[in-house]
Amino acid sequence: MARVLAVAEARGGALRGVSREVVTAARTLASELGGGVDALVLGPPGIAEAAGELAGHGADRIFVGESDAYGAYAPDAELRAAADLQGREGYDAVVLAASAQGKDLAPRLAVRLGRPLATDVTAIEVQNGHVVVVRPEYAGKALARLRFTAAPAVLSIRPNVFLPEERPGAGAVETLAVDPEPVRARVQPVEGGERGALDVAEATIVVSGGRGMGGPENWHLLEELGDALGDGVALGASRAVVDAGWRPHEEQVGQTGKVVTPDLYFAIGISGAIQHLAGMRTAKVIVAVNKDPEAPIFDVADFGIVGDLFEVLPRLTEEIRKVREG
Amino acid sequence: MRSIVCIKRVPDTETRVRIAADGVSLDPSGVKYVLNPYDEIALEEAIRLKEEAGEGSVTALCLGPKEAAEQLRTALAMGADDAVLLAGEPSHDGLVTAKALAAEIEGREFDLLLFGKQAVDDDNMQVPAMVAELLDLPCATVVVGLEVSGRHVTARREVEGGHETVEFDLPGVVAAQKGLNEPRYPSLKGIMSAKRKPLEEKEAAAVESSLELVSLSEPPAPEAGEIVGEGADAVPELVRKLREEAKVL
Repeated sequence: MARVLAVAEARGGALRGVSREVVTAARTLASELGGGVDALVLGPPGIAEAAGELAGHGADRIFVGESDAYGAYAPDAELRAAADLQGREGYDAVVLAASAQGKDLAPRLAVRLGRPLATDVTAIEVQNGHVVVVRPEYAGKALARLRFTAAPAVLSIRPNVFLPEERPGAGAVETLAVDPEPVRARVQPVEGGERGALDVAEATIVVSGGRGMGGPENWHLLEELGDALGDGVALGASRAVVDAGWRPHEEQVGQTGKVVTPDLYFAIGISGAIQHLAGMRTAKVIVAVNKDPEAPIFDVADFGIVGDLFEVLPRLTEEIRKVREG
Repeated sequence: MRSIVCIKRVPDTETRVRIAADGVSLDPSGVKYVLNPYDEIALEEAIRLKEEAGEGSVTALCLGPKEAAEQLRTALAMGADDAVLLAGEPSHDGLVTAKALAAEIEGREFDLLLFGKQAVDDDNMQVPAMVAELLDLPCATVVVGLEVSGRHVTARREVEGGHETVEFDLPGVVAAQKGLNEPRYPSLKGIMSAKRKPLEEKEAAAVESSLELVSLSEPPAPEAGEIVGEGADAVPELVRKLREEAKVL
C-alpha cells in the first residue's frame, strides 16, 4: 500500500504550527495514492505527547525521536531518522515544510534518497500514479508544473497554503531510536526576534510599510495597527525601506525577500514595484493605502484607500480596535 | 582561505515574465540577465575572508550557457581570482545542477564552498544543501552572519522569528542571505584586471533527471479591486467590507 511520510518540526518543546499543514498535505496526497500517512518528529523529552496531536490531521503512525539534543534543530539526526524510515517503510512520497528547517533539510534528504526535490509546493495531485506538483518560480511570476517519474517524490510545501484539516487518523505514537551523534554541524537553539516567534512568511495577517511611511520613526503607526488586529500579525516592509536601513531585511516582502500568503495583507505607503507584487500577490485579501491613485499596488489590491496614510492609519487602527473589541 | 563560489546567471528581478511558445521556458526577448543577487553576497564574503586572512583564493564557478561568462567576468571584477564555466543549461531539477557542480568541485582543494541562498529565477533553494550532502560536508543555509576562527566556523542563520547558530569545522558549505554583507561594486581597476584573469570553459557533466517539467505558465492576472474611497473618511466603509464581504476581521 502506498504510504506518505510527513516530516514534522518542533521548536522549544512544542510542535511548530506548520507541521499540521505538512500532515494535512501528506494526508491529501496519501488519499489520492490510496494509502496512509506516517509522521516523524524529533524533539526534546516530552515531544511525544505534543506530537500525538498530529493524529487529528490524519497521521496513522507517529514516529518520535526524543533527546535533549533535539531541543534545537538537529539536521544530521533528522537525516538519519528519515532515511532509515524510508529504507524500512519504502514511502512513495516524503512531505516537508518549506520552512527554515524544511528548506535546510529537504535538499539533503533528497540526496540521501537519491531523488529530486520540489520546494515550496502550492498544489499536489496524482496523475497515472505519478505525483504532480505546482510550484511558483520567479517569486510567483510563473507557475511550474512538475511530474515525479520515480518514487519517492520528495517535496516541501509552502506555509499557509495547505490549511490544516481535522481528519482523525489512528495516530499511534511509536518511539524511534535515533542517535544524536555523530554530527557534522552543531545547531544552537533559536534566539527569538523582536516581535516573538512569528515570521512574516507564516503570519495570517501582514502589515507592510513602504517608503511612503516617511521614516523608521513612523513605524509605531504600523505596530499599533498590528496590535489592534490581534494575534497572528507580523510586520513586513518593501525593499526600498529595507535598503534604506529603516527595517531589518527579515521583514522584506518580495522577490529578494519573502513570499507571503496571509489571509490579509496591508500595503501601506507601498507603490507596488513588480518585485514587491511578486511576493504578496497571492495574499487572500489585499488592502492598499497610498496617496497616488495611479500606484500599481491598486492593480492587485482588493480594497484601496487613496489618501494621506498619516490620516488614514490612525483612523484604521481605531476602527479595527472597535470591531475587534465590539 | 580558499573559497569556491557557485554563481548563476538569472533574469533581473524587474523582469516581466513571459512564457515562451514551448510552454516550458522563459521568453528571453528583452530580458536583462544579471548575476544572481544572493550570489553577489556569497562572492563578497569569500573575497573578504581572503582579504582578512591575507592569503588564499576565490574561484567562481557557474553552470550555465556560454553567455554566463559575462557574470563570471563580473565575479572576477569584484575580486575572484579565477573562474570556471560549466557549459550547459541549468535544470529545473536542482539535483541535476547539484550533481554537475559536485562533480566539478570534487577533487578540488578548498576550505569554504559558498552559494547564494537561492537563485531568483527558479527559487529552488536546494542546490547548496544538495552539493553539501553529495560531498558529505557540513552546511549552513540562509546565513546572515559568519565568523571563521582558524578551522572553526560559526554561522548565524535566519529562521522564523529569530536566528540560530550553526557551528562546524572546515571544509564546509555556506549559503548567503541578504544582510550578511553589502556586496561591493567592481572598481574600474577590477574590471580591467578581470579581462586578464583565467576563465576556463568546459562541458557540464550530463545527469539524468526523474523530475519532469510539464509546463510553465503565467499565474492568473489579479482581478482589479475597488477603491473604497479617499482619505480617513473611507475607513469605516473599508472596515465594514473587510468584516462583512471579505470576512477577514
